[in-house]
Amino acid sequence: MTSAAHSSSAYIKIFYVLLVLTVAELAVVYMGLPKLFLAGALVVFAVWKAVLVAMHFMHLKFEKRTLAVVALVPFVLCVFLILMLMPDIFPH
Amino acid sequence: MSEAAVMDHAVVELQESPLTPESWGKLGMWLFLAGDAMSFGCLIVGYGILRHASSNWPVPKEVLGINLTAFMTFLLIVSSVWMVLALAAIQENNKPKFNKFLGLVILGGLMFLGCQAYEWTHLLTHRLPEAGISFTTSLFATTFFILTGFHGMHVTGGVIYNTCVLAAVNRGRYGAKHVEIAGLYWHFVDLVWILIFTFVYLL
Repeated sequence: MTSAAHSSSAYIKIFYVLLVLTVAELAVVYMGLPKLFLAGALVVFAVWKAVLVAMHFMHLKFEKRTLAVVALVPFVLCVFLILMLMPDIFPH
Repeated sequence: MSEAAVMDHAVVELQESPLTPESWGKLGMWLFLAGDAMSFGCLIVGYGILRHASSNWPVPKEVLGINLTAFMTFLLIVSSVWMVLALAAIQENNKPKFNKFLGLVILGGLMFLGCQAYEWTHLLTHRLPEAGISFTTSLFATTFFILTGFHGMHVTGGVIYNTCVLAAVNRGRYGAKHVEIAGLYWHFVDLVWILIFTFVYLL
């Protein structure tokens, strides 16, 4: 259906981006940056990679929006989970 | 396919599934994956809270080592690309190419499991005892083995699933539609590993 958007070369391009991001992750770990900066960089890289896989390999970009809603539900629930556990994480 | 047949097909599919243009199966897989993501989400959030609450959490990358797992990450990313190429091949009705790439996906999954088996053995017999961590009394070890074990079970399931799909396609029972659904599962396993690699090993 959307075979034009699914060309192999586009996938290879995504593969290289994922590869570069993985190497970047390793690089910031080995550089020994300050902890907060390191954590921030790693989270950004990881989420970036996850979004690339979901959007392109799992075709979320080319699907109806309803599927994206289905995919987003667990993330919203996880945010609630963290919020509900806040009293345990930061007891006063 | 004639134009009338295409129209007919589109109408039938629309009635069958208003949510996805292709099939109910795809929607079903997405719903399953959303639930599965919740399972992984709970485990990762639980891991984060236990780690935050512990005063003597070891530095993961020093105990676990990250070079082998970086290679494992690479393996899963490559196998995801092979999966995508396998789907492209079956959509072009190129069976030999499809067999090659899906075979590579299965091989990549098996290699990942082999690496994980080696890693676990090495951790249990060498690295953890050397770091003074015992499997039964350390939250660090418990959360690590539960998270990576749960993911490893998913990879095992994926290898079996992909093998079944490979057999079913070659017997003419499955088509591109089914391969795409299997691909969704495999990419999800890849996606979860990307997160585990970052949160459990690197951070």
